[in-house]
Amino acid sequence: MKIKNAKDFWAGAMFVAFGLGFAIVARNYPMGSGVRMGPAYFPTVLGLLLAVLGLAILVHSFASAHTRVPPFKFRPLILVLIAIGLFGLLLKPLGLVLATFILVIVGALGGHEFRWRDVLILASILAAFGVLVFNYGLSLPFNIWPAALG
Amino acid sequence: MELISNLSLGFGVALTLTNLFYCLFGVLLGTLIGVLPGIGPVATIAMLLPVTFTLPPVSALIMLAGIYYGAQYGGSTTAILVNLPGEAASVVTTLDGYQMARQGRAGAALGIAAIGSFIAGCFATVLIALFAPPLADLALKFGPAEYFSLMVLGLIAATVLAHGSLIKAIAMVVLGLLLGIVGTDVNSGTARFNFGIPELSDGIGFVTVAMGMFGIAEIIVNLEHGEKREVFTAKVTNLLPTRKDFMQAAPAIARGTLLGSALGILPGGGALLASFAAYTFEKKMAKDASQFGKGDIRGVAGPESANNAGAQTSFIPLLTLGIPSNAVMALMIGAMMIQGIAPGPQVMSEKPDLFWGMIASMWVGNLMLVVLNLPLIGMWIKLLTVPYRFLYPAILLFCCIGVYSINNSSFDVLMMVLFAILGYVCIKLECEPAPLILGFILGPMMEENLRRAMLLSRGDPMVFLQKPISAGLLAVAVLLLVIVVAPAVRKKREEAFQE
Repeated sequence: MKIKNAKDFWAGAMFVAFGLGFAIVARNYPMGSGVRMGPAYFPTVLGLLLAVLGLAILVHSFASAHTRVPPFKFRPLILVLIAIGLFGLLLKPLGLVLATFILVIVGALGGHEFRWRDVLILASILAAFGVLVFNYGLSLPFNIWPAALG
Repeated sequence: MELISNLSLGFGVALTLTNLFYCLFGVLLGTLIGVLPGIGPVATIAMLLPVTFTLPPVSALIMLAGIYYGAQYGGSTTAILVNLPGEAASVVTTLDGYQMARQGRAGAALGIAAIGSFIAGCFATVLIALFAPPLADLALKFGPAEYFSLMVLGLIAATVLAHGSLIKAIAMVVLGLLLGIVGTDVNSGTARFNFGIPELSDGIGFVTVAMGMFGIAEIIVNLEHGEKREVFTAKVTNLLPTRKDFMQAAPAIARGTLLGSALGILPGGGALLASFAAYTFEKKMAKDASQFGKGDIRGVAGPESANNAGAQTSFIPLLTLGIPSNAVMALMIGAMMIQGIAPGPQVMSEKPDLFWGMIASMWVGNLMLVVLNLPLIGMWIKLLTVPYRFLYPAILLFCCIGVYSINNSSFDVLMMVLFAILGYVCIKLECEPAPLILGFILGPMMEENLRRAMLLSRGDPMVFLQKPISAGLLAVAVLLLVIVVAPAVRKKREEAFQE
């Protein structure tokens, strides 16, 4: 057997995994009955349904037209995600200004062109804008500077 | 006349200084993000959701609605001048609009798009005012069984109208339903699927999912392709179309408006579907279709009217039934819930000022758009020359701050990363994220209504078929599936989306 439609094959596999995952975890909760459904009832039914749908997509992928999954480009993917993760973790300890600089610099590394001068100017503008709009304008409770500094 | 007194109540609300300001802000922001490729109304509304918490409910909804229909105006500017859809619904406008620009008729194309959108917007506003009250009356008679069946129909319709594989779209809906019920079960108090993480007991935030799957995942995909953008900077003169243009475009505007209004009401419909359908329709209707794709003004007028009409009538199911028909409407539900308003038919009777104020504001907003947009075109053109490498870090920042500020939690930002990965994988595997978002918002409502219906019927699932309205809704859902699966239609559908 040869996988013809790789997109569908992996999509099907993903749905089967999610469906079974939900159905299996749901076994920890009471099932209840048709009249009084327990917390496990709805997710179990849906999880199994999803697994069946996924299986159908998977089986069909052996018969349908030839496609390939377009290649993943890891540079933008990983750098953008790291940038977001760092921002989330560092906003509280480092404050909005430094977190914005980190987000913009790491995020910009994921793009095609990276020029220090442009990126630093952009980060400065965005940090100033963020402080003005979010801290002063909308009075969201962010630290502006690192908490340790006061 | 009740309609007139209702509308005057609405205009009374919409014309207060505060609401005029938020309406203006919404439509301008909508136009801005419509003009900029790579950021759409879904991501923008999701970003602004936390901010709306501090506003009065009417102002918040007026602003968010303005973003959606404002984006339809802005999207056409980019489509015509840059040959790039600024917004998904303006893909078809690139076909003839850009060709018109190359022939030096950019002004006429922009003008007719704005005028068509305005006419369509006015018509759709009246339509909402006329049809929403009787529909809401009907919906008040709905019990849990009817609601459950209605949601089934809505979800099925959304998958039928999504492009790409039907079965994948259904699987995405089911996955969305499952993700939606993560968190504490309201009936038993059991914390479900939280893996011992306290933050998950409150469920996954809707904004987190929407931003991750739409906002961030799209940025990453955009970064994979190089940037090439050729802005038509040649002077745009003569914004008023000629008399001949008008004569040719007028019937197309009328047809686009009607078609768009009808398609907007359908669950799963909205601006995107409306514009595609209108273009195909114009091509079929034309006696001489040879000019389509080479700068036919009808190819701009029809879809541009249709997308604006569709954007507005898609508010009908939201306002009358409390059921979102597309991802933007799902966000509007989120906005209403943030304000403590349960979306549904009771909104109209309990909060008439909110309901009619919002409808009146749509007309006001459309007027603002047509008056402001044409003089502002020069500014939008300047904006288009801003490279994406400056834009996307800004979008990233706003997404992060938006998600973080909902609960002031780093956890939500990290969850957004997970959903960005899911969204990225889904794009690569050709699974549309929109049905997942719809399922996500409907998951808890569906479970609740299913439970209530089964409790009332003492566990007899036949109740869904015994109640006439419920049975009718399910029959339509089955019919839709059969029609799509039937081979002949399937081929047509693929052709339609190919175009």
